[in-house]
Amino acid sequence: MSELGGRVLRQERAGVARALTVVERGGSPGRELLRELFPHTGHAHVVGVTGAPGVGKSTLVDGIALEARRRGRTVGIIAVDPSSPFTGGAILGDRIRMQDAVMDAGVFMRSLASRGQTGGLSRSCAASLEVLDAAGFDLILVETVGAGQSEIEIMALGHTTVVVMAPGLGDDIQAIKAGILEIADVFVVNKADREGADRTVREIRSMLHLAALAPPWPPPIIRTVAQTRQGVADLLDSLDRHQIFLQESGTLAGRRLHRTAHLLRQAVTDLADRRLQAAMEGGDWELVLRDILAGRRDPEDVAGTILSGETPGSPGRKEP
Amino acid sequence: MIRVLVAKPGLDGHDRGAKVIARALRDAGMEVIYTGLHQTPEQIADAALQEDVQVVAISVLSGAHPTLVPRIVNLVRQNGQEDVLILLGGIIPEQDVPAMLDAGVAAVFGPGTDTRDIIAYITEHLPAA
Repeated sequence: MSELGGRVLRQERAGVARALTVVERGGSPGRELLRELFPHTGHAHVVGVTGAPGVGKSTLVDGIALEARRRGRTVGIIAVDPSSPFTGGAILGDRIRMQDAVMDAGVFMRSLASRGQTGGLSRSCAASLEVLDAAGFDLILVETVGAGQSEIEIMALGHTTVVVMAPGLGDDIQAIKAGILEIADVFVVNKADREGADRTVREIRSMLHLAALAPPWPPPIIRTVAQTRQGVADLLDSLDRHQIFLQESGTLAGRRLHRTAHLLRQAVTDLADRRLQAAMEGGDWELVLRDILAGRRDPEDVAGTILSGETPGSPGRKEP
Repeated sequence: MIRVLVAKPGLDGHDRGAKVIARALRDAGMEVIYTGLHQTPEQIADAALQEDVQVVAISVLSGAHPTLVPRIVNLVRQNGQEDVLILLGGIIPEQDVPAMLDAGVAAVFGPGTDTRDIIAYITEHLPAA
């Protein structure tokens, strides 16, 4: 066990923080560390919290963390925000609304930027989850803006997915259309003291009725007012019930397999991306393109060469 | 990837300057963690630790810097973040600057500083990762 790995297992905050940096950076030091930590994972209940901007996710996550602390559990939080596609920079502002919980030594929160990689986000997110899991946090909350494929992928990393909605945003049904209905284990209608909350609950309920006749886990719909913590204890109860359901129904094992499949797919895609990048940066790239353009080579064959890790330049290239 | 914590300690309620800095640093390709108003020195140091930042940029407009800033620097160092670059901006009277530097602040940037100078300062003074 490396020194850093040991510090993670001893739950040293500085060690956990540095380990997160190392795995996020990736490369062999990151992989090495994950390999060490992996045997110590599997303890945490990982809960994804997603929903459109402005529904109150951060405030809700803060509330869940506080309630879990009240029940004697430790909490890790990963808050994902997008990087700028133009500069690679990011403003990570989720801490603004998570002040109540993050001052407690039993809570560790980390902001994660998407860093613009296709799929790379869910890999670094999965890696961060493993670090927090190995560090022994009981509950790990992952917060993302539920806007696209990558967020749905991140949700696939967790055990329980919470989809947060709020009345009056007008995009609730849009979010459901985008495939969020399928991944929700628990629905939250936040800002439930506002006008239109009943309607939002009804809309979710009718969408659920359309989806399946008798699902083994009918997703509950919890009303909350995150700002006053109203309903947050009910929400944590639901999360606990879902965890028990996963264990008792055997679904948990299935989810782990699903998650492993996802991580493997991701690793393959990443490797393919790196090989393509290397090929594109190779000196023969333009010649290869010209060969394909002139019909001398077949794109599928070239792709095969690139994926096998060979340079697509000289082998098989015939001079005109 | 350079990670920066932009922090507003104390009671003043104006974070326009802090937000301008946050955006400029983001546009320079850095990851900026902004924690909002009214942070205690303890909250700032704890956020710097959890986020494993290389830079803490503090903005103070209220005149409370003589008490707040040394506390933040000490807490950050106590957490073992010896190499973290601590910058100070806002309204810091000329005669207070030496004391701030003595307290462990790397540089003080007053109103009207070109954000490009701050970015250049950060990239030049960060210890190699």
